Amino acid sequence: MKHFALLVLLAAALLSACGPVNAPAPVPTAGLPTTTLIPPTATLEPRTLNVFAAASLTGAFTEIGHNFETANPGVTVALNFAGSQTLGTQITQGALADVFASANHTEMDKLVSGGLVQQDAPRDFLTNKLVVILPSNNPANVQTLQDLSRPGLKLVIAADTVPAGKYARQILANLSQDPSFGADFQTRVLANVVSNENDVKLVVAKVQLGEADAGIVYISDSIAAPQLLTIDIPMNFNVVAKYPIAVLINTPKPALAAGFITYVLSPAGQAILKKWGFTPITP
Amino acid sequence: MRRLFRNLSIDRNPGWVFILPSLVLIGLLGLPLVALVWRATGKDFFGYVLSPVALSALKLSLLTSTVSVLIALAAGTPLAYILARWNFRGKTALELLIDLPVVLPPSVAGLALLIAFGRQGVFGVWLYKIGISLPFTTAAVVIAQTFVSAPLFVRSAHVGFAGIDKKLEEAAVVEGANEWQVFRFVMFPLAGRALLTGLVLTWTRAMGEFGATILFAGNLEGKTQTMPLAIYLGFERGLGVAIALSVMLVVVSILLLSILRRLERRSSGAAQDI
Repeated sequence: MKHFALLVLLAAALLSACGPVNAPAPVPTAGLPTTTLIPPTATLEPRTLNVFAAASLTGAFTEIGHNFETANPGVTVALNFAGSQTLGTQITQGALADVFASANHTEMDKLVSGGLVQQDAPRDFLTNKLVVILPSNNPANVQTLQDLSRPGLKLVIAADTVPAGKYARQILANLSQDPSFGADFQTRVLANVVSNENDVKLVVAKVQLGEADAGIVYISDSIAAPQLLTIDIPMNFNVVAKYPIAVLINTPKPALAAGFITYVLSPAGQAILKKWGFTPITP
Repeated sequence: MRRLFRNLSIDRNPGWVFILPSLVLIGLLGLPLVALVWRATGKDFFGYVLSPVALSALKLSLLTSTVSVLIALAAGTPLAYILARWNFRGKTALELLIDLPVVLPPSVAGLALLIAFGRQGVFGVWLYKIGISLPFTTAAVVIAQTFVSAPLFVRSAHVGFAGIDKKLEEAAVVEGANEWQVFRFVMFPLAGRALLTGLVLTWTRAMGEFGATILFAGNLEGKTQTMPLAIYLGFERGLGVAIALSVMLVVVSILLLSILRRLERRSSGAAQDI
């Protein structure tokens, strides 16, 4: 399904590449050589800000986008949600993004080393933790974290390329360090994985439909789906997922993009993130 | 370019009005494939093709698409025969039902399958009670592939059966053949080419199935991760495996399509002979 999104993106990219571009007309200015080109100002027509955000941010950034549009008349926030690794690849392959909000530093760092994001640009804007979710009728009668290793249990997690999938595997590795779980805990749990989903929201969907017995997702996802049962992962085993956000170097609207990030980091923006189950980074 | 078209054109004036728009489309269809093959050619190509991820995806795709094709053949042939030879109430509705998966987005197919045959699905709950849970299994891959591809076989076989001269059938009946014998010794051999065409179409469609599979069967290497799924995930893991698998699928598709062309040419030739 996401390849539809890709196609749309591709089409959009093609269109914007061959569509009428505001040709910068040479404007003679006093005191300057007549050949100086003045770039077209972005304020002339309705502006669209392309925000690429991790799938886990779907609810929160939709609300933030609305508020930002209300505060900035004429601005449209176009949101593209997917697994951060998908977004990272899209941007690397030339997708037009103005802002990138990733669920981990790995994907952001790839863009920094690829010269698409300035070295010091990424700023952490929230933290998140993970939790085990179960369908409301708990078909496999999962009561503890230990139950996840019970043979035959159907566990769905995100793929190991997806930030949520990386974090989940890291937590399982942490639990395996504890003698009460046993050194082979991670192996036994991973043997129960019936599907590696492409983003964290798909994990939630499979558990919501009752097709999987359990899933490992962000706390924010479980808050967005309140009918699901949850099992907490103790802090000493859990991971603190730091989400970085940054302006892309190639954006034609750096000021608007920076304004969006400022709003995300503002008390109002952070309050929205908190409402959606994230831990704000600024107190 | 003019030279190329000269012999085909009646007034010896090809007309750029036709050529230029065509070139746009030809470029759109051809350039991505050129780019794919261009990127794939490198010393690592065979390394990627022989990587465990690629091999297990290839194996799974071959297995599941073959089973899907066999199901289409076993269940689709009688169905096509019924559609071609019998008249009954609701036949139009049945034909519509069979045509529908061809035009439905695969994501709709996947969701529908999940809601129908999932563990908590409308019919899946009964299956679950007798210990069958379909999602996340290789069987689910086959079901998804059959759902989207078998209609192609039924359509083709339907046309094949319908095109057979009624007199041949009547002659067989006069000779004392029963319905099964008519089917087995008259209809089936005569529709052979149409059935084969349907099989090839079904096979290519099953091999390429993506949307319904990822929704209904999930994604697990060696179990439900077919080639299209491995390409999609490989796309994020590093393009090497994805490109190698894509080229393999393109090659397989070209092979199957050329078989198809040959079949079609022969059948039209045969029609002229009669």
